[in-house]
Amino acid sequence: MASAPAVTAAPRSVSPTWLRFKDALRRHPTAIAGAVVLLAMIALAVAAPWLGTVDPQAVSPVKRLKPPFGEYWFGTDMLGRDVYSRVVYGARVSLTVGLAVALASTLAGLAIGLVTGFIRWADALVMRVMDGLMSIPPVLLAIALMALTKASLENVVFAITLSEIPRVVRLVRSLVLSLREQPFVEAAMAAGTSIARTLVRHILPNTVAPLLVQGTYICASAMITESILSFLGAGTPPNIPSWGNIMAEARSLFQIAAYLILFPGVCLSLTVLAVNLLGDGLRDALDPRLARRM
Amino acid sequence: MLGSEALVTTLLQVHELRKYFPVKKDFFGRGTAKVHAVDGVSFSIAAGETLGLVGESGCGKSTAGKTILRLIDPTSGTIEWCGRRIEALGRAAMHPVRRELQVVFQDPYSSLNPRLRARDIVAEPLRNYESLSEAQMREHVAFLFEKVGLRADQMVRYPHEFSGGQRQRLGIARALAVRPKLIICDEPVSALDVSVQAQVINLLVDLQAEFGVSYLFVAHDLAVVEHISHRVAVMYLGKIVELTDKRSLFRNPQHPYTEALLSAVPVPDPKAKRKRIILQGDVPSPVTPPPGCRFHTRCPYAEARCRAEEPAMKEVRPGHSVACHLR
Repeated sequence: MASAPAVTAAPRSVSPTWLRFKDALRRHPTAIAGAVVLLAMIALAVAAPWLGTVDPQAVSPVKRLKPPFGEYWFGTDMLGRDVYSRVVYGARVSLTVGLAVALASTLAGLAIGLVTGFIRWADALVMRVMDGLMSIPPVLLAIALMALTKASLENVVFAITLSEIPRVVRLVRSLVLSLREQPFVEAAMAAGTSIARTLVRHILPNTVAPLLVQGTYICASAMITESILSFLGAGTPPNIPSWGNIMAEARSLFQIAAYLILFPGVCLSLTVLAVNLLGDGLRDALDPRLARRM
Repeated sequence: MLGSEALVTTLLQVHELRKYFPVKKDFFGRGTAKVHAVDGVSFSIAAGETLGLVGESGCGKSTAGKTILRLIDPTSGTIEWCGRRIEALGRAAMHPVRRELQVVFQDPYSSLNPRLRARDIVAEPLRNYESLSEAQMREHVAFLFEKVGLRADQMVRYPHEFSGGQRQRLGIARALAVRPKLIICDEPVSALDVSVQAQVINLLVDLQAEFGVSYLFVAHDLAVVEHISHRVAVMYLGKIVELTDKRSLFRNPQHPYTEALLSAVPVPDPKAKRKRIILQGDVPSPVTPPPGCRFHTRCPYAEARCRAEEPAMKEVRPGHSVACHLR
């Protein structure tokens, strides 16, 4: 009969996802470090106007190429603009692109992946299109898309999202293909549950954990792609400071003012590292083969 | 127990059911080899009856169960449910039938969605077939919990907070929720400890007495089948080789394979001297089943005829059918 000790063991029932999440963070200090750095960067981007910054676009030719750690923390560039202000405001672009691309490509990929995983004929069709998209290097695809449209932040997000979608679709499709063979999905079918409801109730919640991990990697790679695009002059328009185009503008002055590349470069590396550490921690924690103690 | 009643209604009638799985595909995607998982199986189940379906791993007993549930489409043959053929029904037409035909799965871990609370798992079939208010739903689920020996305060828990036996009770409660006429039990106790097995089997027997539900009880353990079944069908390599009531099967087995199976059942008496029939060799591949009688490669009594001619099921006594040339 029902065993008594089990009752006292867990007086309140919490969702297994949340339990594993908490457990994960406790056991992965690097993930916490990543989360802290990422949150700090987000705070920096949000609070940019109140962090002792000046107008990042204000030009002052008399004060050009001042070295860092003097009057200007990060020095000034060849037009006399304050690099510190430009880097802090640049965080807005990188984080916006990273998070927006991660969110958009995950949602779009999820929707397409769920359909392809469950409907045979759609699968063959959509996956060939996705294979086609995947055969083009993501940066090249984004450059091609940017060449077709005018430079703006929205177009950058769109171009990078489009090149990231196939990877999410592949992941979701493989998850759905394995989940639909799970006995609890068979049980739902036997219980008379419709396909739509089975997808929402049984398949979707079980794709969240791996998608979260994939989302962090996409966020990191989108920030790098944005910088590459800006560096090549095919990304964020020059009137918006982004880490990529600060580095792009400074590359000709690299030998006399290396700090111009150093500061945005360090910020980009740090943010990407933070996001990746967070993603690794989540993956270790949410992967049942690596860490399931229940 | 059964058959003495004047009117026995047949719930399920399966005739010459076949399910082949393609295993190899040629360049054009056409199947060139097939696993003969279920190869011409016929039986029937009456209301309130338990039919045990036994055989070793890979003989097709689970596939037969899933095909009847239409979780897998049959290759050929007919499935008649309450006089109506259901083997070719579409999803929508099958919907009302599923209400009467439920299932309990083998693995109590993977057959429950880890992200749903116990009450939502049990209430799932109810939501699909009844429009109840939340309060009524809760009341009904609490009733089901009590019926399967769980407490109502466990309703809010997640599957990982239950033991294996408790999880299988949840599976049974889910199957029972819409008051089905037949529950297909696909090895419901083979993943459980022996002591827990007995509890679950007794629960199934009690529920049958209370609700009059029929079972198709798939198992590989003869002791378990002996306890719960009224009739037993023995399967070997996709075919039923013997089908009879429990008593004659255990006292007077007719097929050499059944004999060998029964001799392998452990007896809890260390001094008991029994003749063990040790079968030679392995089960042939279901991709290329042997010609003639499928058991001839391992049968101690096999003759020339067994290798050439496939034996048909024939009644040796009323209600006792065997597929063997020698009987």
